[in-house]
Amino acid sequence: MSATDPAVEVRESAVVAPGAATTPGTPAQPPPRVRTRGLFRSLGRNRKAVVGLAILVVFVALAVLAPVVAPGKPSLITDVASLPPSSSHLLGTTAKGQDVLALTLWGARSSLLVGFLVGVAASFLGVLVGLASAYFGRAVDDLLSLLTNVFLLIPGLPLLVILAAFLPPGTATIVVVLVITGWAGSARVLRSQALSIRGKDFVAASVVTGERSGFIMFREILPNMASIVMTTFLGCVIFGIGSQAGLEFLGLGDVSTVSWGTNLYWASNDGALLTGDWWAFVPSGLCIALVAFALALLNYAVDEITNPRLRSPRGRRDRAAAARGRTTDESPTTPTVVAVEGAR
Amino acid sequence: MRFILRRLGFYLLAFWVSITLNFLLPRVMPGDPVSRMFARSQGQMTPEQVDQLRKLFGLDHRPLWQQYTSYVHDMLTGHMGISISRFPSPVSEVIASQIGWTLLLGGTALVIAVVVGNLLGILAAWRRGGVLDSVLPPLLVFIGSFPYFWLAMGALYLFGVVLGWFPTGHAFSVGLTPAWTSEFVSDVATHLVLPAATIVLVSIGGWMLGMRNTMIATTSEDYIVMAEAKGLRPHRIMFRYAARNAMLPAVTSLGMSLGFIVGGAMLTEVVFAYPGVGYQLLAAVQGLDYPLMQGIFLTITAAVLLTNFLVDIVYVRLDPRVRVA
Repeated sequence: MSATDPAVEVRESAVVAPGAATTPGTPAQPPPRVRTRGLFRSLGRNRKAVVGLAILVVFVALAVLAPVVAPGKPSLITDVASLPPSSSHLLGTTAKGQDVLALTLWGARSSLLVGFLVGVAASFLGVLVGLASAYFGRAVDDLLSLLTNVFLLIPGLPLLVILAAFLPPGTATIVVVLVITGWAGSARVLRSQALSIRGKDFVAASVVTGERSGFIMFREILPNMASIVMTTFLGCVIFGIGSQAGLEFLGLGDVSTVSWGTNLYWASNDGALLTGDWWAFVPSGLCIALVAFALALLNYAVDEITNPRLRSPRGRRDRAAAARGRTTDESPTTPTVVAVEGAR
Repeated sequence: MRFILRRLGFYLLAFWVSITLNFLLPRVMPGDPVSRMFARSQGQMTPEQVDQLRKLFGLDHRPLWQQYTSYVHDMLTGHMGISISRFPSPVSEVIASQIGWTLLLGGTALVIAVVVGNLLGILAAWRRGGVLDSVLPPLLVFIGSFPYFWLAMGALYLFGVVLGWFPTGHAFSVGLTPAWTSEFVSDVATHLVLPAATIVLVSIGGWMLGMRNTMIATTSEDYIVMAEAKGLRPHRIMFRYAARNAMLPAVTSLGMSLGFIVGGAMLTEVVFAYPGVGYQLLAAVQGLDYPLMQGIFLTITAAVLLTNFLVDIVYVRLDPRVRVA
């Protein structure tokens, strides 16, 4: 599972060396921060990133402005049931007579919030486990890697269903359950990245100067893997939004809250499919897909910026250069599959 | 050999974790399942029945470790208790009658998605910047962003209800008895088209992009340049030299994606009322049939672990580096 890291030996012997620890104030080497800022600047130039960000901004704005655009409780019955889209109800009404547009707008709030919370919590847990695993190595690494792999292998959705069935229904439960099942993927990716940084000289130098483990892990190793943290975060958000919708569609969430998942649950429960009320289930599903697509675009953009090999060559000159560059390229050959894993 | 043994140990450990999880869940959660079922049945259960159920769950007053050992023993010998919603058939019998359908659906979808997706990935990487490479990936990513069940709903509505090309649910028509006749097989096949197609559609993008990215890395290796210099036919370089080596990560994700397919198949099964394990799992949750729920979870986990182990064995055969390590 994990070979013993040669850097660990360096640390063991270096700590004993006298004199090295007498200059605690000076950081071994300023952690290269430039990459992080450069990442954001290149994001602005990347077409995929701009499109993705634009879609996300629109959805967040709609979610925030829901009380203004569609005032009142969205689940209120306002008109005759199953009206097709018209000028009074832009997206029609459900089989119960609720306005679909209001439901969709208000649904964005819960769905985006849960997605964001799951993203933050799951990637935080992933960072913690991945960093600790790579930094401490040995027994800690073995144990944490084992735990990660077990959680990766246990099939996610059935576990989600079981957990959701035993816990009291509600949005908080969904977040907790999704974090439990979602952190392992990011932990594994982050561990391997942290492991390669752990072996760099500047980390060894910090260890020699006697920096605290926490400082090295979070202030020196973490900033250098900002792009990977970002892709795993985006992947976790996609996972969160999609899985929440899936769970709620199965009726395992709190069916009285308004979210895209519960909208779809009610649409299918009211038989919108069989009566032909396509407007009852199309908007919510489309919203989920658009948000997930926007996040995936951002993800690929980050991937392309940090891994130049994946950039598709534009002009003929670029292509010729790429062909010539084949043998001289010395970037690491690990293809980034983070985005693909995250999309699941 | 050591590699295989180590993996075997790991899978056994993972299985033990899921059994333990299964054991602990009903005991740690607030309010035991029996009282929940009692509340649900609205006084139609006699105290004797409640007592029996408690015994069934092992929620009696024996010490925890004793309950645990007998639980593990029961699970390993296949005694998963008796289904409540389908009283009095044992859980294992209920699962056995339905796992075939899930295997059929998930297996068909997986094979199609893997073969087609990888082929597309190989072609896209081979012609970087070509039509296939620039049009298909964004499109597939977009389709892959849709929730499984939503695409399934859309397909059901469009092809099942509006156009009426395919049946809207179940694995075979009412009135047919399962047999190896051409009539029954073709009926099953038409029922399979929509659910399998939705799973393929959502999962194919991941395969294609994964393959494309590894393939791009492989095509910049020296031995490809060497093969080109030797004047080998491009076709041969593409498949026998580049793709063959780029397949390895795909084999690994094949094992991992099985759990994903089972999960995705679960939602699809619910939409199409396809009588597989996933559909049964949801029915068990709705009917508060805890023994069946846990039995299905364990069965799915065991299946995923077993297939991953098989993939590992194949991997040893494919990648000589593993054998040396």
